[in-house]
Amino acid sequence: MSALETGAERADPVLRMQGITKRFGSVTANEDISFSLHKGEVIALLGENGAGKTTLMNILFGQYSADKGVVEAFGTPLPAGAPRAALDAGVGMVHQHFTLADNLTVWENIALGTQELGAFSLRPARVKAKTRDLSARFHLTVDPDARVGALTVGERQRVEILKALYREAKVLILDEPTAVLTPQETDALFATLREAISMGLSIVFISHKLHEVMAIAHRVLVLRHGRLVAEREIGDTNAEELASIMVGGEVRAPEVPALPAGPALLTLTGATAGVLQDVDLTLNAGQITGIAGVSGNGQGALSDLISGVLTLQSGEMQIAGQTPTHWDARTAIAHGVGRIPEDRHKAGTIADFDLTENAILETYQTDFSRAGWMDWTKARRHTEHLIQTYDVRCPGPDTPIRLLSGGNMQKLILGRVLEENPQIIVANQPVRGLDIGAVNYVHSRLAAARESGSAILLISEDLDEIMKLSDKIHVISEGRLSPAFLRGALSVAEIGKWMAGQGFAHAS
Amino acid sequence: MRLEPISQPSLQRRLLPPTLAILASFAIAALLAQIAGGNPFAVFDLIFKGALGSKFALLETLNRATPLIFTGLAVAVAFRAKLWNIGAEAQLYAGAVITVVLGTGALAWPAPVLLPTLAIGAALAGAIVLLIPAMLKTRFGVDEVVTTLLFNFIFLLFVSYLLEGPLKDPMGMGWPKSARLIPEARLPRIVEGLRLHWGFALALICAVVVWVIDRKTTLGFEMRAVGQNPEAAAFAGIPVAKVILKTALLSGGLAAMGGFSEVAGLKGSLTLDLSPGFGYTGIVVAMLALLNPLGVVAAALFVAIIFVGADSMSRAIGVPTYLADIMLASALLLMVLAILFTKFRVRRD
Repeated sequence: MSALETGAERADPVLRMQGITKRFGSVTANEDISFSLHKGEVIALLGENGAGKTTLMNILFGQYSADKGVVEAFGTPLPAGAPRAALDAGVGMVHQHFTLADNLTVWENIALGTQELGAFSLRPARVKAKTRDLSARFHLTVDPDARVGALTVGERQRVEILKALYREAKVLILDEPTAVLTPQETDALFATLREAISMGLSIVFISHKLHEVMAIAHRVLVLRHGRLVAEREIGDTNAEELASIMVGGEVRAPEVPALPAGPALLTLTGATAGVLQDVDLTLNAGQITGIAGVSGNGQGALSDLISGVLTLQSGEMQIAGQTPTHWDARTAIAHGVGRIPEDRHKAGTIADFDLTENAILETYQTDFSRAGWMDWTKARRHTEHLIQTYDVRCPGPDTPIRLLSGGNMQKLILGRVLEENPQIIVANQPVRGLDIGAVNYVHSRLAAARESGSAILLISEDLDEIMKLSDKIHVISEGRLSPAFLRGALSVAEIGKWMAGQGFAHAS
Repeated sequence: MRLEPISQPSLQRRLLPPTLAILASFAIAALLAQIAGGNPFAVFDLIFKGALGSKFALLETLNRATPLIFTGLAVAVAFRAKLWNIGAEAQLYAGAVITVVLGTGALAWPAPVLLPTLAIGAALAGAIVLLIPAMLKTRFGVDEVVTTLLFNFIFLLFVSYLLEGPLKDPMGMGWPKSARLIPEARLPRIVEGLRLHWGFALALICAVVVWVIDRKTTLGFEMRAVGQNPEAAAFAGIPVAKVILKTALLSGGLAAMGGFSEVAGLKGSLTLDLSPGFGYTGIVVAMLALLNPLGVVAAALFVAIIFVGADSMSRAIGVPTYLADIMLASALLLMVLAILFTKFRVRRD
């Protein structure tokens, strides 16, 4: 591959991956991927969810072992499947999901795993001094004595980076580091990364956000369906080109045409429940209401509340103008609330149940049984209908659902919900982790439900998704909901401010 | 070396490892029999002859399997819903106590009325015994493994008190045993002259009923859903706590029917050695059956063959009956390992 040769011409790559191939069963996650990284360089790994970025980095870091290929750090091959070797060679990884112990302090987390076996003391003074020194040099402000559980997400990420730097990492791998950050926190992270480069560190930056890649990377590798499809110097490309390479020219979901807002089907007034505080929200028929925000700011509580899994502490909820006397999952379903849960593996499906059993999970009592006896024939027919109508690719209704890909699993959940003609739909992260085809499918089905008059609540961390589909947008931050803004009324920067909690009236 | 999940295991893949597990447990037993001074082939020959070799031996084995089917079903039902009922022993005794309280003359009814009353009364008692820990679990999150296990000891001491006090047989020459059941309260033999009582048939019926509940009813669907993924079950609107309580009633009731069957079918009175750990062996039975209600019958027969056969073998040659315990324990451990290999394959890197 020519890209490799250009890399090889330059002296001493700090990191080299050569011909990496990894298969999981019949799925090829990585196919013959080669690249090298040099001192002081930032390369971005760009690709849709499921393109193979995380697999590649897990191979680099020794979490998986490749079926074929070589990983070299500073000219020495790394043994396969040995994270310790990667750490010792100076490769540090900042995972998408943090690996910190909440009940320990910052310095204890940093020292964890670096102590000599048999040492009597953790030598707190030395660890703290080194941590403070690193904090100052890399602009990673965090108190070494703070308990990690009390830190914000942005601060925890800084601890993760400090942890890697403390172990003398020369190469930092950051897996989707900005997914959990506000735009302002992202800027601070980038300042840190620039500092790190100037000190001679090298960085692999994994993302699917184009503007971030353009802002920080020197070189971009684009992955699609497990293959390295393009390699570009950042000066030779632009966001539009990268986008089209990334999605491979596939058609994006159509823009949603404007519709007049219908009657209010659900209203929350001063709703307080879980982390939600004093939330006002109206869902209108024929509208998609988008909730933007950094994950963990109350999206779960909001969707649980409407789904009937969480009860109101105070405030009021009205369904089509009526206040239900009692609210639980069954009542919600009976009131025409269709629920697409955030986690399809944990809340949406039962892994070892087959498609039929999963398809009737919400309706077995009302539609597929009589006097306590299951009607499996009817249930199976219904499932076959869902498989056909919603294009679920599977061997048949008797297949355990865990064997399905995320996209097909989500299509079945979507079918289970939409087939009941719900008045109100709560879609929490409906396309997370899906490939572009499944994303478009889910979006077009939601758009169709909107046109047929459903009121849809769309919760997503992906601002593009929210801005593309929503008629009106709220921003959620620390359990509070911003006023509604019509689509296009807010710039990304303004939304970022709301995400960071600015603009909310401070509760007394 | 690592384990790789198999997406759709073949029939061979699902049957071979458990079969090998059973064979391996026999091999371990053979080795130990050799060490104990017996010829392994003679030992196994005596075990199988002793359990199945004559009409008398076979009926003895079926009688021994009967309480194990009840407790095995009780455990299987509970474990399927991830309700860790370790208290089948106490529930079995609860059933036995009710049988003795009502069946020694308190209710002087004809057999066709009295026997169902005793069975239902016993089942209710066992159900209540498990309902309490189940409620502690659903209300306060108290671990039912601890409560059901410890309650076994409490209940056994309670039974001991009853047999020394209120239930003590005045004609019992001072032995801690209850009075004998009246003739109407005794489960008749299935065939006159053969020492096999209707408790065995009742156990088989219960196994079929549990299988039907599991496959064909909404309750079975709910129990499986709650057991496999309580979060998804709750999200779908299945009342998880209620389902756990229903499971407890069913499980406790089944174990208690075992107590009724032992007293009314076999022993005729209650003593403190009514159960040599049927409640705990029920866990082994259920696990060997992979929690399948029909498999419980087969597993209970297997366990009964080993126990009855080992007793008989031990009387004939000097190899101790502990061999039976070792065979069961190794069969169980190897079975757990075998299940792993039905779902994963080992790959070398």
